[in-house]
Amino acid sequence: MSGREAVIEARGICNRFGSQSVHEQLDLDLYRGEILAVVGGSGSGKSVLLRSIIGLRRPNEGLIKVFGEDLASLRDEQRSQVERRFGVLFQKGALFSSLTVTENVALPLIEHAGLSRDDAEHLAGVKLALAGLPLSAADKYPSSLSGGMIKRAALARALALDPDILFLDEPTAGLDPIGAAAFDQLILTLRDALGLSVFLITHDLDTLYTITDRVAVLSQKKVLVAGPLAEVEQTNDPWIHEYFHGPRGRAAEHAAASAGQER
Amino acid sequence: MEPMTTPSATLDTTCQPACLRIAGDWTLAHYASLRRDSEQLRTQSTSDAIADLSQLGNLDTAGASLLAELLGAERLSHCTEDLPEASRALLKTVYCSVQDYCIPVKAPERNVLLLLLERIGSAVDTLWQDSLQLLGFVGLILETLVRRLFQPHRWRVTPVVAHIEQTGLDAAPIVALLTFLVGAVVAFLGATVLAAFGATIFTVDLVAFSFLREFAVLLTAILMAGRTASAFTAQIGSMKANEEIDAIRTLGLNPMELLVVPRVLALLISLPLLTFVAMICGIVGGAVVCALTLDISPAMFLSLLQSDIGVQHFLVGLAKAPFFAFLIAAIGCLEGFKVSGSAESVGAHTTSAVVQSIFVVIVLDAVAALFCMEMGW
Repeated sequence: MSGREAVIEARGICNRFGSQSVHEQLDLDLYRGEILAVVGGSGSGKSVLLRSIIGLRRPNEGLIKVFGEDLASLRDEQRSQVERRFGVLFQKGALFSSLTVTENVALPLIEHAGLSRDDAEHLAGVKLALAGLPLSAADKYPSSLSGGMIKRAALARALALDPDILFLDEPTAGLDPIGAAAFDQLILTLRDALGLSVFLITHDLDTLYTITDRVAVLSQKKVLVAGPLAEVEQTNDPWIHEYFHGPRGRAAEHAAASAGQER
Repeated sequence: MEPMTTPSATLDTTCQPACLRIAGDWTLAHYASLRRDSEQLRTQSTSDAIADLSQLGNLDTAGASLLAELLGAERLSHCTEDLPEASRALLKTVYCSVQDYCIPVKAPERNVLLLLLERIGSAVDTLWQDSLQLLGFVGLILETLVRRLFQPHRWRVTPVVAHIEQTGLDAAPIVALLTFLVGAVVAFLGATVLAAFGATIFTVDLVAFSFLREFAVLLTAILMAGRTASAFTAQIGSMKANEEIDAIRTLGLNPMELLVVPRVLALLISLPLLTFVAMICGIVGGAVVCALTLDISPAMFLSLLQSDIGVQHFLVGLAKAPFFAFLIAAIGCLEGFKVSGSAESVGAHTTSAVVQSIFVVIVLDAVAALFCMEMGW
């Protein structure tokens, strides 16, 4: 593990809201080309951790290095350069409600890749198709889309610039099982083809068993354990045991195992 | 990172069959030029040419989509054997997803005159529909008000008081300051104009008449339209966008009773009170100017006020306040309910609420002025 290059290094992160502490001395690495899933109970600070890493929230203490650089100490121009290599899928999609779906995806292409409007909208169409959004939805405004469609459109926007790191906040929540499975496959394909590193927050045990390389469990204000799934499952902690060996965990494990045998 | 190499697609016709040579990095950075090239190549007859991808460098989704469009499924499946596994998978994924996906044709340009007519027509129609909706909404509010009037246990006192604080108490300073200044300006104006006739003493009448009958209530109503109607629209609108209104309905509660009636009642109480404050401040503003520039002492100002100005002017002014209040609150709330999903819609309806309520207030004031003149009040 030590030989691999870390694209994100978080060291000694403390996040506090008033007197309430969410993270205390939290350490986490994301290695190049891996899919890291972050799991934890509701309110364990998964989204706060994500916001800290992408620079939306400055942690009260600690250092976060992305591609070896401390985002907080960079000047605006350099920071924007680094941020261009992020693709972020927010929990509720966060599509711009005044733009159509195509324009949402075309926006970063026009602003950062310097494409003409026509080129950008053509490429946006490709990204939308890749994310599995039906053609009929491309000219609609986000307010008239279903939850699953918003997820797909937001993924297309996150992928617009072919980022190096993809941050996904509960990507498969609200998708039907077929859509969720296709989503998992898409992430795998993109990771293999583009060498993406994926930081994935999820409650979806099927996703966990199908595509993740490593799992980090967030509990008791820190990363309790981070490692390959098999290793994490065996950790002697009541919460982890309940999580992976509860009825849902067992079902997902069987499903993943039988799918593996068929292949 | 490897050095970037300029990508290219060239048709080599020297060999038989013709060979399409793909080289370099097919990435987003070169998207614009690559798209031009590949569209040009597609117009030439390249469908029977074999493709050579051995020189292909880096590949991302942008480049893969162009390759997929250029080569098509059949050739992609033949010529990609020598590519790395990952690039092949990417090409396949991109191809599978874009094959039924064509960019829709843009609608043809239409005649400007027709468009203009269409917009005028739809604007008139919207105006008509809006007026109907407002009348319907006013009826709904009155019905709810009357029904709740006889059920004192269902009166919602706390929200009414909270809204009175927001719309009345919090607005008092700005109303007072504004009307004080306008009162002073009117007095200055009167002093200047009336001086030519040697009738500067009538400045007192001018200030008192204008503020009691018109200015106090009009200025307050316009301020409330800007301050309160917009707040009501934004509050109810963001609740609507967040599905909170739907939640209220599914809980078996009535949004009219919960959200609209307290706001209407609060404004019905606070606007007349603010109008009274505005009258006092306007007249004080006039009195200050009179004392400073016309040598009319405050005591004299007051005695002139008492002898010349009948109480009916005060009543006419104050009587208009509840009507204005009701309409401002109704328009503010109605526009809030019209909001649909997006943040932009909240903004559009907030603007519309302010414009409509100022318009309605001024029109109603003009009608009232005519009416009072005919009645001799």
